[in-house]
Amino acid sequence: MTALLVALGAAIGAPLRYLTDRFIQSHHDSVFPWGTLTVNVTGSFILGLLLGLPATTQVTALLGPGFCGALTTYSTFSYETIRLAQEGFRFYATANITASLIAALGSATLGLMLAQALTT
Amino acid sequence: MTDAGFAMREPIDSDVDLHVPAERAELRPTPFPVLAAISAGGVLGALGRYGIGVALPHPPGGFPWSTFLVNISGCLLIGILMVLITEVWTARLLRPFLGVGVLGGYTTFSTYVLDIHQTMTNGAPTTALLYAAATLIGALLAAWTGITVTARLVIR
Repeated sequence: MTALLVALGAAIGAPLRYLTDRFIQSHHDSVFPWGTLTVNVTGSFILGLLLGLPATTQVTALLGPGFCGALTTYSTFSYETIRLAQEGFRFYATANITASLIAALGSATLGLMLAQALTT
Repeated sequence: MTDAGFAMREPIDSDVDLHVPAERAELRPTPFPVLAAISAGGVLGALGRYGIGVALPHPPGGFPWSTFLVNISGCLLIGILMVLITEVWTARLLRPFLGVGVLGGYTTFSTYVLDIHQTMTNGAPTTALLYAAATLIGALLAAWTGITVTARLVIR
């Protein structure tokens, strides 16, 4: 049952990452990977919020390892960083690492704090 | 010539890169084949990650081995895959299914970040920092190795 909910969340999360990335690229023609940064920061916020709220095991499986796990990605983040560096965009590569780490950690903390504020 | 030592045609963004004409046009005439391939791949990748997480649980404050191994292996595989599908295998749905779907669904940034946070709040800041740095460095090294080794083998 849990695996089924993980699968269902991922079935939505993965294409949503692709569509978000496409949408952002079609509005900002930049070599900096804004699309991947956006899904990683958003997914980290949702997971923080989820883990802070009194959710059932089923909801946690659907939205945590399912939806947020598939919405966010480490493979695209690393691949882009290396390709940026290889193409000579060393500043963008470094900025991508720094921005992804700080913004995702910050948004996860914000999600947890919001959950705490909502439940107390 | 790029820093890789040879000219590379591989895109910057492995999920979708609108600078690549074929990727810009891949939702036409209908988006469903591409979206279905991503969705199906995402399910397989997420189930793989979930299975490894169940097999390798970590105690609160312990090193999150399962997510570490998932992210490192996924980054090695995306490097290999992107060179292969740019240079060798050109089937249209391979990148959506294997790259965006399976590997994107398998690896995770949200669990990585929450793992760091929770390891820290469980009184193990050294483990949290070690995990944060080891994943970042390991993932970048893995992606670089995957790209470089595969490119040297197939690009001539």
